[in-house]
Amino acid sequence: MRLEVSGIVKRFGGVTALNGVDLAVEEGEFLTILGPSGSGKTTLLKSVAGFEVPDEGVVRLGDQDVTMAPARHRNVGMVFQNYALFPHLTVAENLAFPLQMRSVGKAEIARRVKEALALVELDAFAERLPRQLSGGQQQRVALARAIIFGPALLLLDEPFGALDRKLRESLQLEVRRLQRRLRLTTLFITHDQEEALIMSDRIAVMDKGRIQQLGTPSEVYDFPVSRFVADFIGESNLIEGTAQGTEVYVPGFGALTLPQAPASGPVTLLLRPEALRLGAEAQAAPCRAQATVLETVFLGLSVKLRLRPEGGPDLLARLPLRPSDPPPAPDGATVTIGFAPGDIHVVPRG
Amino acid sequence: MSSPAADRASPARRRELALLLLGLPALLLLGVLFAWPVLRLLSMSVADGTLHQLERVVLDELYVQVLFESLKIAGLVTVICLALAYPVALWLTKAGRIGLTLGMFALLLPFWTSVLVRTYAWMVLLGRSGVINRMLRDLGIIEYPLPLLHNLGGVLIGMVHVLVPYMVFPIYAALLRIDPDLPRAAEGLGASRWAIFRRVILPLSLPGVAAGCALVFVLSLGFFITPALLGGGQVMMIAMLIEQQVRELLDWPFAAALSAVLLAVTLVVYAAIGRLTKGARLASP
Repeated sequence: MRLEVSGIVKRFGGVTALNGVDLAVEEGEFLTILGPSGSGKTTLLKSVAGFEVPDEGVVRLGDQDVTMAPARHRNVGMVFQNYALFPHLTVAENLAFPLQMRSVGKAEIARRVKEALALVELDAFAERLPRQLSGGQQQRVALARAIIFGPALLLLDEPFGALDRKLRESLQLEVRRLQRRLRLTTLFITHDQEEALIMSDRIAVMDKGRIQQLGTPSEVYDFPVSRFVADFIGESNLIEGTAQGTEVYVPGFGALTLPQAPASGPVTLLLRPEALRLGAEAQAAPCRAQATVLETVFLGLSVKLRLRPEGGPDLLARLPLRPSDPPPAPDGATVTIGFAPGDIHVVPRG
Repeated sequence: MSSPAADRASPARRRELALLLLGLPALLLLGVLFAWPVLRLLSMSVADGTLHQLERVVLDELYVQVLFESLKIAGLVTVICLALAYPVALWLTKAGRIGLTLGMFALLLPFWTSVLVRTYAWMVLLGRSGVINRMLRDLGIIEYPLPLLHNLGGVLIGMVHVLVPYMVFPIYAALLRIDPDLPRAAEGLGASRWAIFRRVILPLSLPGVAAGCALVFVLSLGFFITPALLGGGQVMMIAMLIEQQVRELLDWPFAAALSAVLLAVTLVVYAAIGRLTKGARLASP
């Protein structure tokens, strides 16, 4: 079902946790709220789940105003950060719980529990207690419990945080496939930008109780609307320059002509590390500088370099690496670096 | 100089030794002042080489009756304490800072006051011309004083008053250990407040309930001062019987036999509650 929140404000004492949040999650959409801790994302989730009543604003599920509705009447499935499985109930009993609360018949409960267990591939674990399961299995039980009753909306509160990296990646894709298959309207909360980029149809970047940017993963990655978003998502070189007409002066690189003129005065340019060119490739770039390699970090698939151009700010470069490739340049070497107007994005001020 | 192998083993062994040394004073104290006298006393019951004294306890209807009376009183006290303590413990977990401070104060102040003082206080309150009877008479509600003292009711009031904190604290601790996300999750899954309590809070607090019940039941079983003073000779518990044997009849072997029975019943109760708690599928943190 479609979720719409508008003008949500929530204060705790003197602290404003949510400062006017407007957001709509379309039916079947996977929308991620991405933000650092303290950005208000958890409060927003709680307002949607019904564990917190906002001071102002409206929460709408489908065509119903649920702002004041208690959580148990909202029909919202939620996966908690630590899963919140009932430790005294078996996996099957945990899954049966929401159905029992809805007075579903015994035979029907048994059928649906079996179905849900199959869905998350835990058929053999029905009679286990949560503490007898691994973290990944617990997470799948929590997910199954959140969707077994056919919720109008699925909420995921950083559910992958406690898992190791490999398991996290496979579960992320599993959750994504399941969400698409069942066409579940999903609101996902995380502080992990990589996770957000992988999983989402759209991402809402939150900071200081407000949504800073709302867009598809590639929109927020390539065209961040503020310095905060540019910095928070992905790795970035944020270069301070001065604009005059369509010309932007970049310290260390000289002048650069942009297709569209930003407002005159100081500007912030975003240059992703993977967009910075090096060596032969840089020779053809319209904007060039000689730089010293300060540090080389080997990352397996790629290599990351910290570079200091003459008269300019330190920059990060990330170069793809094939197994037999030698390192691009030793530490202390001088290399040519450069970029083209198409490689950069002017970050709006404010 | 010690060999490298010995050096490698030593941290663990040194830890064990340190723990033993730390525990030693308490172990010595318990051994000398508790275990040894108890063993001496118990051995008295079979000092004449027969089980005659123990037979007397089991075969004499009067003593068996006192034992059952003690068990009945302990059971009643436990049930009443549980009924009073559970809501209090639950309230404490939900009370704010001020409520919690006041609640703890109200529980701990009597807890730290001498049982003797509290028992005399109840005599002042419950007596024939005590505070309660006088007040009711002055208000014209009753004509003749109510028998509040020197009966089972009086004993129960006094004992419950002393023992309620022993029930509140384990339950409160168990309730505090419940992850606050669990009731929240239950609510999100559609549970009413009653269903949250019945299906989540109550089962998860059972270890605390069991601990509280064991404490209160066992303490009640050995209670002496309160039933002696508030019962006024009308209520007889096994500890009073033992005291009578020792002090008035100077029959130490028989007192020892009664003590052995009390100790055995206590251990059986502990074991039974331990089994029950382990048998129920309870969450371990």
